[in-house]
Amino acid sequence: MNLTLKVWRQENRKASGRMETYHAKDIPQEASFLEMLDIVNERIISDGGDPIHFDHDCREGICGMCSLTINGIPHGPKRATTTCQLHMRHFQDGETIWIEPFHAKAFPVLKDLIVDRTAFDRVIEAGGFISVRAGSAVDANAIPIPKQDADLAFEAAACIGCGACVAACKNASAMLFVSAKASHLNHLPQGEPEKTRRVLSMVARMDSEGFGNCTNQYECVAVCPKSIPADNIAKLNRDYALATMKEALL
Amino acid sequence: MKSFTRTIGSFWNSSIGKKILVALTGIALLLFLPAHLAGNLLVFAGPDALNEYGVWLHELGHGTAIWFARLGLLSAFIIHLILTVQLTAANRAARTDYAYPSTVQASRSSRSMMWSGLTILAFIIYHLLHFTLRVGNDYDGESYQTTLPGHQEKVHNVYKMMIDGFSWTPASIFYLIAVTLLCSHLSHGFASVFQTLGVRSSKTSALSGKLGWAYAIIIWLGFVSIPIAIWIFGYGS
Repeated sequence: MNLTLKVWRQENRKASGRMETYHAKDIPQEASFLEMLDIVNERIISDGGDPIHFDHDCREGICGMCSLTINGIPHGPKRATTTCQLHMRHFQDGETIWIEPFHAKAFPVLKDLIVDRTAFDRVIEAGGFISVRAGSAVDANAIPIPKQDADLAFEAAACIGCGACVAACKNASAMLFVSAKASHLNHLPQGEPEKTRRVLSMVARMDSEGFGNCTNQYECVAVCPKSIPADNIAKLNRDYALATMKEALL
Repeated sequence: MKSFTRTIGSFWNSSIGKKILVALTGIALLLFLPAHLAGNLLVFAGPDALNEYGVWLHELGHGTAIWFARLGLLSAFIIHLILTVQLTAANRAARTDYAYPSTVQASRSSRSMMWSGLTILAFIIYHLLHFTLRVGNDYDGESYQTTLPGHQEKVHNVYKMMIDGFSWTPASIFYLIAVTLLCSHLSHGFASVFQTLGVRSSKTSALSGKLGWAYAIIIWLGFVSIPIAIWIFGYGS
């Protein structure tokens, strides 16, 4: 298939970016989106040009490294799919495809389609962990956990931290990511002792990183490759109110 | 005490804290609307019913109740306004625009909350000047005093004020536009209250969305019925 690509090119963090046009010819339908870019890049390199830089790692849909906003939708048009698992058969021959980075002020562009997502790492450092003795593994089922809680924690833990939620949000809010990471631990007895501190410090860090505020439009949920539900955001709102009351009054 | 004020301070400055306060003040305004509507609809029960209601409202609690309500509503409104303007400014600052923008499922109402909200603000200022402070009209004059069974002194003729007010085309048109945008604002605001206060889940999300629309449409129908009846169908003239 033959495609026209409009791609965001940006020299470095400080440079201003622009959309450039590329003609991608003879792309096999079975290629993944990233493989399509690999083909385009090989041609750019053989012509002596600077290849299109983009993030990728496992290419199995589990690492959270690939990004790209494709035709305005982070990870492209297919629901619950990462860019690396999106295949060219979902596009039409002759189509023009717009490829942009995961845009947000908190995710500055490093080069072309690569953005700096370390703001997420700093939110995790603020409280997305539990303090335990890191010795031999604890026996399975040593701590009884109700099935429903385990399922909810697992559902939240499926977040791969790719940042699509921020890229899709009209306000560049990180609430889906932060709430998934907080809920994952807050649902479990192992997360209970540090719950108040976790919620307060993760939210404070999220705010200071320059993410926007949630306006309950759920664009994040629609583009999340792991279909993390907005229930986590409601839980974080609730946990934050309770943590504030506990901190202020007790 | 120091820890208490610090915690409250960080709550006020946090994104979630501000949103919770927007939701709580929103609830106060959501509760006010049906009460205001119920009072207004008495216009269809005739002059005496509406005027009696006006007198009752002003005499409740020896005239203190109405001031508690006014101050409470005004505070809720101002907090709601300041915080949403702050949040919106922060949201704009956090966003970088796409060359190819796209929306997957965000509703039109949710994307125009600031514009519907500011139109409602302009309307409320006009509405208060028109009917409460009665600026630029003769609604405080002798011709707007009337007798009421059971009252020795003359009372304010709320009924005549309403009929005359809505007989003026520009006032009715502005009213209809504002109430329609209010309906849009409420449809998103009502459902958002549940999410922001953390009481929404997958089990209840469809229900809260439908309740939001049902509430908004009932409020819209109720409020538009009055200018439509007076301005278009000549009710009361």
